[in-house]
Amino acid sequence: MSEAPVVEARSLEKRFGGLVAVDEYDLRLERGDLVGLIGPNGAGKTTAYNLLTGVLKPSAGRISLSGRDMTGAAPYLMARAGLARTFQNIRLFSDLSVVENVMCGGHTRLAASTVATMLQLPSFWRAEERLRQTSQEIVERIGLAELAGQRAGDLSYGDQRRVEIGRALAGQPQVLLLDEPAAGLNPSETRDLVSFIRQMNEESGIAVLVVEHDMHLVMDLCKRIQVLNRGKLIAEGTPEEVQGDAAVIEAYLGAGRKERAHA
Amino acid sequence: MSTSHETPPVKLDARVTLPRSGFVAAILTVLIASAAVFAAQQGLSSYVVTLLALLFINAALAVSLTLTNGLTGLFSLGHPAFMTVGAYVAAILTFPVTRKGTMLPGLPEWLAATQLSILPALLIAGAAGGLLALFVGWAVLRLKGHYLAVATLGLIIVVQGLANNWDGITRGGAGLSGLPRLVDVWWAFGFLVLVVAFTWRLKFSSLGRSMMAVRENELAAQCSGINPARLKILAFVIGAVLAAVGGALLAHLVSVITPKTYSVLLAFNLVVMVVIGGSGSIFGALLAAAAITILSEALRPVEESVGLYGLSQVIVAVCLIIVLRLRPSGLFGSGEPGLVRRLYSGRRDA
Repeated sequence: MSEAPVVEARSLEKRFGGLVAVDEYDLRLERGDLVGLIGPNGAGKTTAYNLLTGVLKPSAGRISLSGRDMTGAAPYLMARAGLARTFQNIRLFSDLSVVENVMCGGHTRLAASTVATMLQLPSFWRAEERLRQTSQEIVERIGLAELAGQRAGDLSYGDQRRVEIGRALAGQPQVLLLDEPAAGLNPSETRDLVSFIRQMNEESGIAVLVVEHDMHLVMDLCKRIQVLNRGKLIAEGTPEEVQGDAAVIEAYLGAGRKERAHA
Repeated sequence: MSTSHETPPVKLDARVTLPRSGFVAAILTVLIASAAVFAAQQGLSSYVVTLLALLFINAALAVSLTLTNGLTGLFSLGHPAFMTVGAYVAAILTFPVTRKGTMLPGLPEWLAATQLSILPALLIAGAAGGLLALFVGWAVLRLKGHYLAVATLGLIIVVQGLANNWDGITRGGAGLSGLPRLVDVWWAFGFLVLVVAFTWRLKFSSLGRSMMAVRENELAAQCSGINPARLKILAFVIGAVLAAVGGALLAHLVSVITPKTYSVLLAFNLVVMVVIGGSGSIFGALLAAAAITILSEALRPVEESVGLYGLSQVIVAVCLIIVLRLRPSGLFGSGEPGLVRRLYSGRRDA
């Protein structure tokens, strides 16, 4: 593994016309990092995610993955460079089975070439077998072994979230971006999720960035937290530091009434 | 991947032997079907045998459209355009040299002096269709849904116009008649087997799954490392190659090709076959193609005696409406019926 951080974003900026959605956003994720990105609604968290994953092209700034400059690269190239993500509003391949969803995530890494597939060469059969085996293992890891053959669209909300993570893991990413992974989960599902993320992070060293509204989850899970407000980073530090930060408290609770009256 | 949970080892439900059993089942099916075709050829009138050949080619075309529209989720109506190109290319190549000089004065000398047998002509026709699709797809596949449908509809008109007006090479509106009848029911059958086997294997490969992923959710596919643009072009080109070969086969079966032979109406019929069968279902497309071909042929005498031309089209359209009312995703959805799938892929979760 190279010394360069797995993700390095410098001064990312995104403008939609006159609106600056994200301004001067910096992120540095090392191997094994577990960072939370929080902020009030409309702070630009999802825009920041879309910039990092290549869904949106930044208006300014640079992104590099493991030392390689990827600014402006398409999402599939970002994914191939080791960056995987999940979506706030779950985006599965609903009509495919659970294991097939995971297999799609491993397609670029493990599948045979187009030519080998069309000619059904032995290398195709080997690759297909390996892909199935790896995906089966991941399906077991995310605890859905019994549902492997089920249509993904028919699963419960919590299970669908797991499938998304499984699909992301199949690409063997260096970094995983989770967009509100606990949204819609009940408390016990959330606990399972937290321990799964922590375990994945510790065992495989995958760097994780989490956007989440559940403050308990973020403070409990993350080693470092970034706070975004109106597109700007207003604080970064350990959960304790961030919780005590005046700017953060102001962003979430608003400035005191007195103060505003004087302003 | 480290597996730390107290999970049992991966169950290998006889995965090595089962695909082999699927292969055996496929071979057996082809053998039985061949015997049936042979029996039909011996015992039935040449009209019925030709009809059978027509049915095979139609079914193959429907399955090839399933690959483009069903698996990848494109909405292309362009099949007749590629069929027309394939048919003309093959026809010009197989036409007897002795008649080329008078009928097609516009041909360059080397082409006028060439007369190929059907197989190389089919291959070149397929290549021509594929090249056209590559060229057109590069521009048109940026469009989505209805826009793509309109653009490919336009392609049919463009190709028809070209065939109509390029007199020296296509003989204009009169078309090329008296083509050597080089295609019999066995060619049609072979083509169908090839197309079904190819599409089936593609569907149950990682490449086909990725195509379905693009259909299901393009953004998620892209964020999983799949390049949607490349897969769309690939599916479009493969569909076009098969369509071009199918068009060439059809022309050499009925021994005539005119600019109007493969029209917008055919595009509609093929799309109906795919939609009724279920977008992405190979078995559904086969079944729907067979039913619609037989239906429209069976209704022909009725149409003639009652004077109600177009009756079969009306019935096909009504069938489409009924299926869409009762089963919006088609007879079999995007999958294959369980029994068929187990029989030929030999795997329950495949």
